[in-house]
Amino acid sequence: MRLAIGFVTGLLFGFGLLLAGMTSPDKVRAFLDIAGAWDPSLAFVMGGAVMTAMPLFALARRRAKPVAGALFDRPSTTMIDRKLVIGSLTFGIGWGLAGICPGPALVALAIVPSQTLAFVIPMIAGLMVSAAWRRSASGSGVEALQH
Amino acid sequence: MLTLYIAPLLGGIVIGLTSGGLYLLMGEIAGITGIARSAIIGPSRGWQMAFIAGLLASGGIAALMLGGDFTAGIEGIPLPVLALAGLLVGLGTDLGNGCTSGHGVCGLSRLSLRSLAAVGLFMVSAGLTVFLLRHGGF
Repeated sequence: MRLAIGFVTGLLFGFGLLLAGMTSPDKVRAFLDIAGAWDPSLAFVMGGAVMTAMPLFALARRRAKPVAGALFDRPSTTMIDRKLVIGSLTFGIGWGLAGICPGPALVALAIVPSQTLAFVIPMIAGLMVSAAWRRSASGSGVEALQH
Repeated sequence: MLTLYIAPLLGGIVIGLTSGGLYLLMGEIAGITGIARSAIIGPSRGWQMAFIAGLLASGGIAALMLGGDFTAGIEGIPLPVLALAGLLVGLGTDLGNGCTSGHGVCGLSRLSLRSLAAVGLFMVSAGLTVFLLRHGGF
């Protein structure tokens, strides 16, 4: 059941990204280029997504547990710490450089594999290096990972 | 003009329904960073791998059945730039524990201040990066 829900939500999420134009580096960089020929249309992606998801998350807050699960993942960290700041700034530089963020990268992998692999392989390497570094820096084997 | 804004809005609504739906159904956050990390490193791998298979399938279906240039611009990016960008995205999203989906869609929908800070920071650094590349004489 969880596998089926995972697959279907991934598929729909991908179609959403495709319909929204998020898989086009040209479109993303035009959105980020406020000083140039700014294309504000991608603001409607975040607007539409948050507008739709917010009532669903509010609904979830009133439930004891999910429909097909044991508990809600309720990120408890509220700290705006150095890791969040450096990580988010670093992600933004990469996103601005190529106009590709993680979701669209995985969707594009099936459309233009050779070109996209040049992005995805280093992305996975970066993720693994950072995760290993965090593990060793935290001393213990596990670290609470929360949004 | 209409489709310029309607398609992104509809795409956003689909993304929002999916993210909210995944949370209501399974209690899981639809953050691609966290999902990819779980699928690759663990500890829990099952539905995360299925979600990634779904993402890949959406691209495959688009490439095989739907017309249109969904990845406009990617061919023009030099491979070293793609590689550097990918590395920074991987490092940054892991360290910051989220990207456009986890902090953006889910975090903002949950009214998380921490996510709002993350979104503000990556929007500013992404905007500055594009500004320097296009208007900074690089």
